[in-house]
Amino acid sequence: MNTEAATIDSAYVREAPHPDTAAIQALGFWIYLMSDLVLFAAIFATYAVLRGNYAGGPSGRELFDLPYTVVETMLLLFSSSSCGLGMLAAYRGRKNPVLIWFGVTFLLGLGFIFMEINEFHTMIVAGNGPARSGFLSAFFTLVGSHGAHVCAGLLWMAVMIGQMTAKGLTPPVRSRLMRLSMFWHFLDIVWVGVFTIVYLMGSI
Amino acid sequence: MFGRLSLSAIPYDKPIIMGAAGGSVLLGLVILALITYYGKWTYLWKEWLTSLDHKKIGIMYIVLALVMLLRGFSDAVMMRSQQAIAAGASLGYLPPGHFNQIFSAHGTIMIVFMAMPFLVGLMNIAIPQQIGARDVAFPFMNSVSFWLTAAGAMLVMVSLGVGEFSKAGWSGYAPLTEKNYSPGTGVDYWLWAFQIAGIGSLLSGINFLVTILKMRAPGMTLMRMPLFTWTTLFTNVLMIWAFPVLTVALALTTLDRYLGMHFFSNTLGGNLMMYVNLFWIWGHPEVYIVILPAFGVFSEVVATFSGKRLFGYRSLVYATGAITVLSFAVWLHHFFTMGAGPDVNIAFGIATMMIAIPTGVKIFNWLFTMYRGRIRFKLPMYWTLGFMVTFAVGGMTGVLLSLPPADFVLHNSLFLVAHFHNVLIPGALFGFLAGYTYWFPKAVGFRLEETWGRRAFWCWVIGFYLAFMPLYLLGFMGMPRRMEHYVNSAWQPYLIIAAGGTAVILAGIVFLMIQLAVSIRRREANRDMTGDPWDGRTLEWATASPPAEYNFANIPVVHDIDAFADLKETGMAYRPPDRYHDIRMPKSTGKGFILGVLAFTLGFALIWYIWWLALLSGLGLLIILIARSFQEDLHVTISAAEVERIENEHYRQLKSAAETERPHEPGKHRKGKK
Repeated sequence: MNTEAATIDSAYVREAPHPDTAAIQALGFWIYLMSDLVLFAAIFATYAVLRGNYAGGPSGRELFDLPYTVVETMLLLFSSSSCGLGMLAAYRGRKNPVLIWFGVTFLLGLGFIFMEINEFHTMIVAGNGPARSGFLSAFFTLVGSHGAHVCAGLLWMAVMIGQMTAKGLTPPVRSRLMRLSMFWHFLDIVWVGVFTIVYLMGSI
Repeated sequence: MFGRLSLSAIPYDKPIIMGAAGGSVLLGLVILALITYYGKWTYLWKEWLTSLDHKKIGIMYIVLALVMLLRGFSDAVMMRSQQAIAAGASLGYLPPGHFNQIFSAHGTIMIVFMAMPFLVGLMNIAIPQQIGARDVAFPFMNSVSFWLTAAGAMLVMVSLGVGEFSKAGWSGYAPLTEKNYSPGTGVDYWLWAFQIAGIGSLLSGINFLVTILKMRAPGMTLMRMPLFTWTTLFTNVLMIWAFPVLTVALALTTLDRYLGMHFFSNTLGGNLMMYVNLFWIWGHPEVYIVILPAFGVFSEVVATFSGKRLFGYRSLVYATGAITVLSFAVWLHHFFTMGAGPDVNIAFGIATMMIAIPTGVKIFNWLFTMYRGRIRFKLPMYWTLGFMVTFAVGGMTGVLLSLPPADFVLHNSLFLVAHFHNVLIPGALFGFLAGYTYWFPKAVGFRLEETWGRRAFWCWVIGFYLAFMPLYLLGFMGMPRRMEHYVNSAWQPYLIIAAGGTAVILAGIVFLMIQLAVSIRRREANRDMTGDPWDGRTLEWATASPPAEYNFANIPVVHDIDAFADLKETGMAYRPPDRYHDIRMPKSTGKGFILGVLAFTLGFALIWYIWWLALLSGLGLLIILIARSFQEDLHVTISAAEVERIENEHYRQLKSAAETERPHEPGKHRKGKK
């Protein structure tokens, strides 16, 4: 190789470094999660503004059943643990434990959603629906937004269980599982905020 | 079956609306007929609608922006002509309900469907090439973003003929947007069009932020990025932080309207001030979302056409960062008069004044870049100079408005209207037009014709001053904004001058269209064989014009801020590499387009309460997304031989261009030799 070719090599790399797709997707997903956090922050702020606007309707103290919500919280927290165990198995490349752990996560998440729907249903039947007062609008929207995210996560999990069964733990499937677990833990963190600000602070 | 949609939704009895809607439909039919006549449907579908090529998506964004510019501008013409005649006994030709729809549509269209697509389009064309990348980080998401924006724009267009558009202003203040005050479909059109396009913008923001952070060429450290890349980076940060708040503001209004909730109602514990806060927490950063990319364009243009590196590159970067941070601390200046109290007002007033500092820094940067430069007065430079002079005036009236006591006098008057047009037209639109002219040869392969461009420029500048300086005076005279009729005849002469100014701007727009037509007709004479028509300094000029699908056959290594100028100076540009490699590129897919169609259907169904259709299109959206996630063959490989053929063609063009040197083209570094 003569000197001229050598200088060309310093000006141009020979081939594009293969973009690390999984890392790029992970960063993109992190940024999406941060934007989602801004979304939740705005809804939390709305709740904080409206939390005392009962308009003659019931307050949180009258409506919230703290032990019931503690059970809900535990379901979600344990689902995060099982999701983490599933990811550990995924890193080891063992498909069956991943399926089992994500199955457990799915069931726990489903239980959480059922409890939430039941709570909403009870309130609405008693005439305390979201149209009752500013406070209840904010309550249903904040808790419901989180719930809608959990539902999206459940749908995603179902799709991933399908993909794992059909394709095995291929690199794209693993990359998606990783992002799904990020999403799931993120929802857990948001729920900690919901539980504290809505239920704990609303019950005292 | 069709919810509240019936044939009576079409306003047959309103000739002006029917004319506008009929004209739009007719134009659409003519375009469809022409495509059919020339048999271009397959070409359109294969090469454009399904394309994941960022350059083509960029061009589609800009086409959308230009079409919506025409729509938004027709609204402006109607408002100005109405106000020019509707004094005293004359009522003009627009009834109040229609006038209110026009100003609401004008604002919504110009910000969300003109400015946003324009800047995202420029980003699409320039950013991957500027950073030496072959694509954006998420090509499919890029296509989805575009089609969501187009779906929103389509909703606004449909509102013209089916139902009505919002009468509550582009900012949609509560409680006017609540169901009991605006029972029609107008606010719902506004909500869903805005929401769908907003989600598209958020996705674009994420996409380009990751692209810039992860896909830069080797050697391109952050502090070696071109300024347009920097301003895009900060714009994306703003999009990611601000758009979710808009999503919330619009979603809560939607919940109020659809489920009878009480977020912004004035009964049962709603809080309407909260809407104003949420809206402007997005709304003020949005101003910088549209202006910062334009600042980036000006920076590129000034450096290129002065033949110099930017003066104070670092200070420009830090100034952009400062504007980004400060833009989140000023939202309250949009409603000083709404009861926040003097201490809060003054804090936001000072923050607002502070934004003028980094902005001033930038103006000086550009001036000192030009100082002792070898300036070439090409079209992009005209737009840049027009911007600097005009924007300085708008900036100063902004500082004036940032004083709460002055704002108490001037708010909601035409002074305010004059001010924000005075910053947004030069600050954003002139920048976009500069970028359009600057990157046009890169995107399509030939330059825009200069003479008609200069005519358009002068019409825009002169028309701008004629149209908006009288509004400042009218503001001082106490004329409120958004009046469809007034009794004070002392205002009328100024409004007639303003209408005249609008006519001059209209000439500017017509000249831009003529420029485009003339340039297409004379494309052979204006063809850019080198890929570097302006003697550019940044990497996008290292590719062919138009670039190959993969942009760079070999990724350049960056050693300096102006990477391409550096390559040309060291004689390393245009050297064929010793061999080529296979290149993997994303495969075209129609799913982005289908998602856009479904989003449009979803929005339309929700506006008209057609619940079954909303459910079906929502399910459709989910199914398409899941189907996409199961797909495996997402890439095509361009073989090394094919790459070599394309590159050799480019080198042949370069050679022939060097032989037929044209005097108006800079050819100094063409062959990479000193």
